[in-house]
Amino acid sequence: MAKSLFDKIWDAHVVKSIPGGLDVFYIDKHLIHEVTSPQAFAELESRNLPLFRKEQMVATADHNVPTKNQHLPIQDPLSRSQVDKLTENCGKFGIELFGLGHKHQGIVHVIGPELGITQPGMTLVCGDSHTSTHGAFGAIAFGIGTSQVTQVMASQCLLLSRPKRMRITVNGKLKAGVTAKDLILYVISRLGTGGATGYFVEYAGSAVRGLSMEGRMTVCNMSIEMGARGGMIAPDETTFNYLKGRPYAPQGEKWEQAVACWSTLFSDEDAEFEAEHVYDAADIAPMITYGTNPAMGMAINGTIPAEVAASEAFSTGKSLTYMGFAPGESLVGKEINYVFIGSCTNSRIEDLRQVAEYVKGKQKATHVEAIIVPGSKLVEKQAIEEGLDRILAEAGFELREPGCSACLAMNEDKIPAGAYCVSTSNRNFEGRQGPGARTLLASPLVAAITAVEGKIVDVTQFLN
Amino acid sequence: MEKFEVLHSGAVPLPVENIDTDQIIPARFLKATSRDGFGENLFRDWRYDSKGSPKVDFVLNDERYKGQILVAGKNFGCGSSREHAAWAIYDAGFRVVISSYFADIFRGNALNNGILPLQVSEEVLQQLLDLVSQQPETTFTVDLQQQQLLVPAADIAVPFAIDAYKKECLLNGYDDIDFLVNQKEAIENYEKNRVWAY
Ligand code: SF4
Repeated sequence: MAKSLFDKIWDAHVVKSIPGGLDVFYIDKHLIHEVTSPQAFAELESRNLPLFRKEQMVATADHNVPTKNQHLPIQDPLSRSQVDKLTENCGKFGIELFGLGHKHQGIVHVIGPELGITQPGMTLVCGDSHTSTHGAFGAIAFGIGTSQVTQVMASQCLLLSRPKRMRITVNGKLKAGVTAKDLILYVISRLGTGGATGYFVEYAGSAVRGLSMEGRMTVCNMSIEMGARGGMIAPDETTFNYLKGRPYAPQGEKWEQAVACWSTLFSDEDAEFEAEHVYDAADIAPMITYGTNPAMGMAINGTIPAEVAASEAFSTGKSLTYMGFAPGESLVGKEINYVFIGSCTNSRIEDLRQVAEYVKGKQKATHVEAIIVPGSKLVEKQAIEEGLDRILAEAGFELREPGCSACLAMNEDKIPAGAYCVSTSNRNFEGRQGPGARTLLASPLVAAITAVEGKIVDVTQFLN
Repeated sequence: MEKFEVLHSGAVPLPVENIDTDQIIPARFLKATSRDGFGENLFRDWRYDSKGSPKVDFVLNDERYKGQILVAGKNFGCGSSREHAAWAIYDAGFRVVISSYFADIFRGNALNNGILPLQVSEEVLQQLLDLVSQQPETTFTVDLQQQQLLVPAADIAVPFAIDAYKKECLLNGYDDIDFLVNQKEAIENYEKNRVWAY
């Protein structure tokens, strides 16, 4: 029977099905971080349960860490106690930890792939919704709550119902200056924040195939923003070339075996999907969001919709009031004071290179504070080796140390109330970047151009 | 987990769509290492101003609305996987959230914490929101065993769906951990033939 990529991997991980439609579903890799794990460890201990498969777990400190002076003790006592708790738990249970100061520390969804921990055909979970990022390798990867973190700790399994399948195909070639981030913001703006709820998405089509691994991760990362359980892309040469030689990837003979197996992971021609959406890459422009959910996005030179459905009028009105925008308005010319380049959506080396390439020899506008937070220690190291740090510094951008930072503003990296921030992260929810902060989501390229111009510009005129 | 059987309670209306987990509990309040006390910061930035004074026009600060049922707009709980959102709702005294649509992860987190995510059609949701807004003292009955939502005062009786296994769990106060730990033998057998494990 013809099977989708998703079904091939799902079926291979069912330990058993129980009456009523739930599967005992096996998890290959479990990533943890300081914010959603402490209560799970506490639960495990309170029930007197052993940790079932510690060697299938990896931990990092990312959500709550400072991005300056990481060599010093964390100032905020609550943040410090969370990070200390993680270190203590990992020590006690024997879990590999990439804590602060470790050469592999970084945002959990950046380090998994770059270390080769994330591989095709695997099932991978983390107590963080953007775990969907890892699907870029042809894995079933999704975010879980803390109770489920405990379940995986105790049994390496979850009890799940099989989601429905959706395929999103983007054909053709992206225009100059249109990036993976624009592609996914475009798709989300079409489908809405709940448009893929209940589904697991496979991205396909020549525009998706043409993306680098970094670009594919950006796309899969934001699947959750339209409600999808996860997103995935069939592995191919791009995937194998990226993984080859990475520290946790299979080596030598094993590598050959692995590639042979991974090459069977694609959706068969007649595979069924409960929902299909097809888009043309040529229709996608550089995007920006104007509201307080990621589906409120538009072409950067477009106008905010003047009218919305009656059922959404209240929410949209509330959102635009929060943002200080009006229906029918264009954002071109809006002064911007903050630019944040980072997060698990766009903090990989390719993102930093793209920013550096654009700002080389230019200066950020004086009223703009522009911070760049690399996704990991390895990204930071590579940026320094390539001299990107100097280019960025000369242009007035501040290169910080790795962490989630202003993506969720749990640490001190917050945007002040009322201020506008063009951000490469994935969420523009009210208060996401700090109480009252106003976030406009965009690609790293749009963020770089905005920082230099000091306002939103029609970037299409800068491209080519 | 506490057992859930029949609930008679007033309801609190929150007619906003796409309420995300950052609104339910902002990230800056996620620094605790225990599960307790999150209720205080439920809807923090809607409930209090920047100086910490209650905002009078927010429904949770409105004396007229009381009860263990939250009635909220479509696509409730989208955004992050933080279970703190479910803990905050539970800690603030809610046992049921009614909406026309729930985000997947939130739905799972709610069920794992003894909160019933009760999904109704958009028409029914609108009817319920109008009703409680106008008559705050209206009492709802949620009968999990019968899978019925009843509002006698308005002659409303709607059935709701719930996974049979999850229903058993809620009724008995069990959770998935108990179940999974008992599957150890099957899991170890599965592990002998794991695929693609490099
Ligand atoms: S960078 Fe942002 S979205 Fe990504 S894991 Fe960290 S907090 Fe979550």
